[in-house]
Amino acid sequence: MSSNNNFLPDLISEGHSGVSPFSRRNFLRYAGTSVGIIAVASACKKDDNNGGSVGAGVDLGANDIGILNYAYALEQLEAAFYIKVVNSQYSGITAEETAYLTDIRNHEIAHREFFKNALGDKKIVDLEVDFSTIDFSSRDSVLNTAKAFEDLGVSAYNGAGKLIADVNYLLFAGKIVSVEARHAALIRDLLVEGSFADETVIDANGLEKSKTPAEVLVIAKTYIKTSINASNLPTS
Amino acid sequence: MNLENIITQIEKVDPEIYGRLDGRRQAIKNFTRFAGKVTVASIPIALGTMFKKAYGAVPSTVIEVLNFALTLEYLEASFYEMGNASANLIPAGAEANAFVTIGAHENAHVNLLKGAITAAMGTPVTKPTFDFTAGGNFNTVFSSYDTFLAVSQAFEDTGVRAYKGQAGVLMTNNDVLTVALNIHSVEARHASHVRRLRQLRGAVQKPWITLKSTGGIGAAVQPNYNGEEVTMQGTIEIVGINGQAIDANAASESFDEPLSYDQVIAIVTPFFAV
Repeated sequence: MSSNNNFLPDLISEGHSGVSPFSRRNFLRYAGTSVGIIAVASACKKDDNNGGSVGAGVDLGANDIGILNYAYALEQLEAAFYIKVVNSQYSGITAEETAYLTDIRNHEIAHREFFKNALGDKKIVDLEVDFSTIDFSSRDSVLNTAKAFEDLGVSAYNGAGKLIADVNYLLFAGKIVSVEARHAALIRDLLVEGSFADETVIDANGLEKSKTPAEVLVIAKTYIKTSINASNLPTS
Repeated sequence: MNLENIITQIEKVDPEIYGRLDGRRQAIKNFTRFAGKVTVASIPIALGTMFKKAYGAVPSTVIEVLNFALTLEYLEASFYEMGNASANLIPAGAEANAFVTIGAHENAHVNLLKGAITAAMGTPVTKPTFDFTAGGNFNTVFSSYDTFLAVSQAFEDTGVRAYKGQAGVLMTNNDVLTVALNIHSVEARHASHVRRLRQLRGAVQKPWITLKSTGGIGAAVQPNYNGEEVTMQGTIEIVGINGQAIDANAASESFDEPLSYDQVIAIVTPFFAV
């Protein structure tokens, strides 16, 4: 978010003219997650919501471009994972599972290429992935990693929605996140039937537990060799 | 949960937070004591009220969208309440458990939205009376599991599209937008599960929506799926994008499409009793 966003005036009511925009903006960092109490509590343990390796690595950029690059990074990771899953299938894979995983691979490639084209010359470089912790011959290892990636993707898009200034980009993110949620539910059901929306991802209010970019990138870092600098991302 | 810690952290960046919230530090301390005693479920509403007082009016357009969402959640919550209470409808075990889970989520969404609307000084709409046969289209909705699943799928897939269609209105308020997004993906998880249940029972479909297929449910729900077949996203054609082997099926599956307020109202109107 930045000075060019158009929702600050609606959030800041009349009668607080003595407060500097800076402090308002910082307050909104917290207010924005006020409804997800766990998200607020965890955010407050940190002094810096931006995360990433500050000042080093591939710079995602600022404003909406930064958020699109953030999504592009995650889609690169997911696409690379499923390409490898489909190319080196785990032992005992069923025809049903092959069909599902091939579909998901295609969806993630479509997402990746969409962001690549949408970003044009603002796009980050191709990321180098690190899948050394994954045993691609093991169903458990592959599906549990897929579950982690899909749940992470959903929580990332949900957490980034409020950081987007352009309504068109918000809509694209919305069109993609529900497909990621469909993937997440399916992968979970393949692992444990009926675990499509259990309490590890949904809170007591029936809400998905969304994550900030900082929270997401810390988790994703295990699988991305390229250092990512998210310090210029909007924070509210 | 440590609410006092949250307020303390906010105070570091916004020294006037106490003044804005209630004018008295003691009020916040009282609130944190109160919050320690109430259930987790009621905290968002309490917090919403507090932040709302600090930062002013929620636009009426946002309240309208919240009431629109509440109406859809009433529809879903009532549907699962009746389905879960119908003898010999849902097979015991994993399937019965799944619909208890889904029903609980829809009930939670009803309560959350009612609370959010009230906190924003709006008035929650009252629960309508429903006709889940949709005027006779689904007469066996609570006696045939396949019919029940078909209606469930239609509701969930449409719920996903309905929330998506309101993103532009809701982005005026970060709190509300985040709540809506966090409901939206839960509806998509439900949809995925129900679609797979139908797939396992023979429906030609997948957890994701291919083109504008109803998955064999038929013409009664075609409007719920019309528009899902697009393969252009903005100015970008997804079929064969950058030389990738992405066909029209995969291109349509990769992106779920929104429905407008009017489209959703037209779709759900048959389920409202006259």
